[in-house]
Amino acid sequence: MSSHTARERILSRLHASGTHQTEVPEAPLPPQLSLDLEARIERLTELMTAIRTEVHIVEADSWIETLKRLAREKGWKQMLYGPGATIGPAIESAWSADSQGLPDLVTYTEPVETFKDDLFHIDAGITTTRGAVADTGAVVLWPTVEEPRLMSLVPAVHVAVLDADTVYNSLTEMMAAEHWSDGMPTNALLISGPSKTADIEFTLVFGVHGPKELIVLVRK
Amino acid sequence: MGNSKRFDFENNVAGALADDQLRRNLRNAMDILVDKRRTVFPDTATLEQLRSAGNAIKRRALKNLPQLLEQLEANCTRNGIQVHWAEDTDEANQIVLEIMRRHDAPAIVKGKSMVSEEMHLNHFLEENDIEAMETDLGEFIIQLNHETPSHIIVPAIHKNKDEVATIFHDKIPDTPYTENVEELTDIARVVMRKRFASAKVGLSGVNFAIAETGTLLLVENEGNGRMCTTVPDAHVAVMGLEKVVEKLSDVPPLLRLLTGSATGQVITTYVNMISSPRKGEEKDGPKEVHLIILDNGRSHILADPELRQTLLCIRCGTCLNHCPVYVRIGGHAYGHVYPGPIGKILTPQMEGLKEAGVLATASSLCGACGEVCPVRIPIPDLIRRLRNESYDQEGSAVVEGAGYKKNLAETLVWKGWELANRSPLLNEIGTRLAGKVGNRMPKIGPLKKWTRVRTSPQVAPTSLHERARKEGVKDE
Repeated sequence: MSSHTARERILSRLHASGTHQTEVPEAPLPPQLSLDLEARIERLTELMTAIRTEVHIVEADSWIETLKRLAREKGWKQMLYGPGATIGPAIESAWSADSQGLPDLVTYTEPVETFKDDLFHIDAGITTTRGAVADTGAVVLWPTVEEPRLMSLVPAVHVAVLDADTVYNSLTEMMAAEHWSDGMPTNALLISGPSKTADIEFTLVFGVHGPKELIVLVRK
Repeated sequence: MGNSKRFDFENNVAGALADDQLRRNLRNAMDILVDKRRTVFPDTATLEQLRSAGNAIKRRALKNLPQLLEQLEANCTRNGIQVHWAEDTDEANQIVLEIMRRHDAPAIVKGKSMVSEEMHLNHFLEENDIEAMETDLGEFIIQLNHETPSHIIVPAIHKNKDEVATIFHDKIPDTPYTENVEELTDIARVVMRKRFASAKVGLSGVNFAIAETGTLLLVENEGNGRMCTTVPDAHVAVMGLEKVVEKLSDVPPLLRLLTGSATGQVITTYVNMISSPRKGEEKDGPKEVHLIILDNGRSHILADPELRQTLLCIRCGTCLNHCPVYVRIGGHAYGHVYPGPIGKILTPQMEGLKEAGVLATASSLCGACGEVCPVRIPIPDLIRRLRNESYDQEGSAVVEGAGYKKNLAETLVWKGWELANRSPLLNEIGTRLAGKVGNRMPKIGPLKKWTRVRTSPQVAPTSLHERARKEGVKDE
C-alpha cells in the first residue's frame, strides 16, 4: 500500500521536524457569556431572529397548538416527523383529534435509500433539539435513529422544538456540561438559521440547498 | 491554475489592473467583507484576546502535530472512519479515484474545499471520465464558466449578477436570462437537488479535525456541505495535515475567529460535526467515511521554526480582503490556488521559490494582513523571509529554490557598497562622484523599472560631510 508507506514517511518527517520546540504562549480566553435563563433565551431569540429564524416562545403544554396554527397558516402539505421521538406521540394525538387543514404526517423509518424520492418532495420536517447556545445563537441537534440527519436538511421548512432549560450560555459551556469529549455521536449539528448564500454580489438569499425557513419553538 | 501555461505574474497583474469591471466588483465586495468583520468584532480588546487565544491553540496543535495526527487516526479508525495518508496531490487524487471506482460512481458531488483545488481534483477526475460537480453556489458558477476560485471564501466574487445571469443562461439548458439573484439561486437549487439525490460519493474539506474524539468539523451556510456529507453512500473528506486540533474545547474560540474573520458572521448557518459513518439502525448518512490527510510540502514547512507559522492558518481569507494588492488585482492574477497574502507565503514554500517566489514581491509590506490575521501569523515577516531566501542560498535558507534570484551584478553591487562603506577613502571618492554625476545616471535596467512609477531621488551636489566641513560644524 503506497498510502501506508506515505503514512510512515510523513510521520517520520513530522517527528523529526523539531516542532515539539514550538513555543506556546499563555493566552486565556476572553470572558465567556454568563447570563440567567431568561436573558439567555432573549439573546438566543435576538440573534437567531436577526438571521431570519422564526422563534416562538410558548408554554410547555401549548407548543402543539402553536405548531398546528403555523402548519395551517403556512399550508404545508406533508410534514416529516419521528414517531419514536419524544414529540412523536403528542403530534400523533393532536393530529388524530383534528387534522382539518393540517399537513399529512410522514414518518422517516426506512433507510434513505428506499425513501429518497419521497423525502426530496416533503415540504416540512419537525425535530427535537438537544439544546441551544445563546452567545452565537444556534440550536444544537444530535440526529438519532428516530430523527435522522436529513430531516433537518431536505424539507423546505425545518421546525425545531427546543426546551428552554437546555439553552446554554455557549458551546464551550454545553460541551463541558454534557461531557461531549467522552464520545461524539455520528453527527452533531449547530443550526443558526435557514440555509443561505451571499455568493452573488453579497445579495443574501435564503434556502439555497437546505431549508428556506427555520422555525424554533421554545418550550418554557 | 497557471500550471498549464507559463506563469507570468507581471502580465497577469497588468491584465487585472486594466479590467475596470473586475476592479469594481472586487472593491465593492472587499469593502463589504471588511465592514462586516469590523461589525462582528466591535470590541478591540476582546478581539485581541481572542486572537491571542487562537494563536496559542494552533501553536499547541503544531507543537504536538505528529502525536495529534496519530491520535486523530486512532480515534477516527475506532469510530469507523477510514484514514488515508497522501504525500502529495497525485497520491491524494489516486485515493479518491480508487474510492470512486469501487463505488462504480460516474460522478462526485463536492462541497467547497481548497485542498481539492490544491489537488486539481476536478481536472484529474475528468481525465478519468468522472464528473466532478461543485455544489457551493459560488463554485458552481465558476465551474460552469471553466474558471477557478478567485477568493478562498467567496470563490465567484469577481463576478457580478449580470455575468452570472449570462453564465446560467448559456450553460444550463432551458434557463431563461434573469438578473434576479433569488431566481438565480433557485435555478441552482433545482439543478443541485437532483445531483445530491443521485450521487454515490460526496467530497468535502475539513475546517477542524479534532484528535480527542476523531471528529471532522465543517462550517457552511448553504447546506450543500451537509448534503454532500450525508446523502451519498460514501463521504470523502480531504484535509491538509495542519487542520488537526487537540480537543473539542479548542473549537469554539477558533470557530468564532474563523466565521467572524471570513464573512463577519457570529456563526455560520451550519456547524457540521462528523464522527463516524452510518451506524446500526441509523437511517441515513454515508456508509463509508474516508479521511485523506495530505502533506504536499507541509511537513517540510513545519521543520523551520519561523516558516512553521504558515501552518497556523485557518483559511478565513481575511488577509485577502484587507490586502491593498489583492483588492486591486483579484485572485486569478496570482496564478495559483491560494491567492493574496497567505498565498504569497504558502505557495512559494509549496512550489518552490523559482516557480512562485515572485508572489512574495507583490506586497507593499503595509502590514494589514498581519494585523487582521485571526491566529496572528506574522505574514509580513514571512514575506520578508522569503524575499531574503530568494537571494540567499547559504546560511538559514531552507525553501526550495533559495538563491534563485542571486546574480553576479547584484552581488557585485552589494560588495562594492560594503567596500565603499568600510573604507573612508572610497566613501569620500564615491560621494563626490555621486554629487557630480549622480543625477545624470542613465535610467536603464532595474533603475528604469524603479523610476517608471516613481520620481527618481535627487542627489545633492555636495555630501553632508562636505557641507559640515565647509560650514565649520564641529564633530560633537
